Amino acid sequence: MSGHVVSVRLYVTIFLTLLVLTGLTTGVAFIDLGAYNTVVALAIAVLKMLLVVLFFMHVRYSSGLTKIVVLAGFFWLAIMLTFTMSDYFTRGLDNPPNGWGPSISAPPNP
Amino acid sequence: MAELSAGSAHAAVHPPGLRHHFEDMEQQHEAGNLGMWVFLVTEILFFGGLFAAYAIYRSLYLPGFEAGSRLLDVKLGATNTAVLIGSSLTMALAVHAAQTGKRKALIFFLLLTMVLGAVFLGIKFDEYATKWHHGLVPGLKWAPDEEMYKNAPLGSVELFFCFYFFMTGLHALHMIIGFGIMTVMTLEAWGGKFSAEYYAPVEVSGLYWHFVDIVWIFLFPLLYLIGGRY
Repeated sequence: MSGHVVSVRLYVTIFLTLLVLTGLTTGVAFIDLGAYNTVVALAIAVLKMLLVVLFFMHVRYSSGLTKIVVLAGFFWLAIMLTFTMSDYFTRGLDNPPNGWGPSISAPPNP
Repeated sequence: MAELSAGSAHAAVHPPGLRHHFEDMEQQHEAGNLGMWVFLVTEILFFGGLFAAYAIYRSLYLPGFEAGSRLLDVKLGATNTAVLIGSSLTMALAVHAAQTGKRKALIFFLLLTMVLGAVFLGIKFDEYATKWHHGLVPGLKWAPDEEMYKNAPLGSVELFFCFYFFMTGLHALHMIIGFGIMTVMTLEAWGGKFSAEYYAPVEVSGLYWHFVDIVWIFLFPLLYLIGGRY
């Protein structure tokens, strides 16, 4: 009644796409791409997540309000990750320009 | 008798599945889904904190984390990913059956979802048992063979396994809770509680199940794949 009914055919297509992407991400892990291994793995994981959220979880067919709540959730996650990483990954950058005087040292990176 | 006629008069006023505090079925459906998503947002941030901690410690102690990652079984991890994606499909089909008012199909797909969830937990248990056997459980049985971790610093390999057990353990706990929810859904479907007009509990439980699937979609590459499989 209320609520969009997604066709079985679309569900099966999404399922098969997810299986192919799982195979792809597993295969790529055995090829040396340097730092890009992590990038590719995360990109495929995000793509899989989007397929599940949009189709299996019906967000594509949901109201604007639900979409905003979902987006807000990921936005807050992004805030948490960005602020945390911008602290940890800028520690130890303590070579101030000449004339700046000594900096307050962060705990040394191992 | 008076009660009965009052009941049927009542049913004529609004659809049988509609609760009194909602205007109509559309609003009730919207409110239910929105509420579940608000809960799932807290879950996203809950797991997000663990992912953030994992990213930081992985970057700080990369060699140990890569050595630890190589000790996990990719075949079992990939199989479990496929099993969980399969259970998401059967869950989606269960919601579809509920929406179209097919009671038998709904029960069938709920049971199938539980079977696949049980297969996932079984494989996970097998992996845990192997790690126990190899002495790779920090705190309880930590005595890995030197052959296993090669030249990687042992302390950071142990840290990797702390993250491994905490993150997969928390995910497995969510699976077990999901299993309980699906049991209740199956019993209620059996009792004929759901119809094409009222299936909100099935749909909302489905959202939870898919969320747990998404967490694994990230855990699998982060724990098993990245970090020198080649």
